[in-house]
Amino acid sequence: MEKLYTEQPSNSEQLKPREETVNFLLNYSKALKIIPIGSLNFETFIN
Amino acid sequence: MNIKSLSDAQLVRNYISGEESALSILINRHQQRLYGFIFSKVYDRDVTEDIFQDTFIKVIRTLKKGKYNEQGKFLPWVMRIAHNLIIDYFRKNNRMPKFKNNGDFDIFSVLSDGSSNAEHKIIHGQITNHVRLLLEELPQDQKDVIKMRLYQDMSFKEISDNTGVSINTALGRMRYGLINLRKMIDKHNINLIND
Repeated sequence: MEKLYTEQPSNSEQLKPREETVNFLLNYSKALKIIPIGSLNFETFIN
Repeated sequence: MNIKSLSDAQLVRNYISGEESALSILINRHQQRLYGFIFSKVYDRDVTEDIFQDTFIKVIRTLKKGKYNEQGKFLPWVMRIAHNLIIDYFRKNNRMPKFKNNGDFDIFSVLSDGSSNAEHKIIHGQITNHVRLLLEELPQDQKDVIKMRLYQDMSFKEISDNTGVSINTALGRMRYGLINLRKMIDKHNINLIND
């Protein structure tokens, strides 16, 4: 009985983004460079 | 000082000054809350993933452009961006409702491009062929009238002129020709329905 009530239900997986999504964001951030020239911002991606 | 214990505001400042690892900590710190928030609205893992990604892309761009105004409210700001993207998602979906196949019902089983498929074309060809063969079994006068009416699209006036009989006789031959065709179809138990 105790086991029944203390066991974690199987569908209680944590809501978290996929690892690939987080890695994509980190790589995106590393690649994105913003160069301000006058009143304009130029975005460049460095792979 | 442990970098993980830094406040959001400090991490944001570090990130803006070029410390990329600060972003990783910010994402890790808030990912569960943000992801849960988006999922509670859209109830779809893939859409949640997309909106989560788009939210942080906006965050990254705004921070890198130096347009973020730090007021100690990093998470509420990120949540607001996610909230706006969720609204955009629902607006877009209302304009263009998306059908999802959930197993019970497959939309592609009722949608077709309107043209008949190869099987139907073959069946149609066979039926046309069968009708031609049956026609050959009819008496000559009935066969002539049916061919002129159905295959040459002639009016009964033209048929009567062509065959030298009255319109009523031509009509009668057509009628008896069709009755005889039906009889033959019944007798040989031929199925002429393309479904």
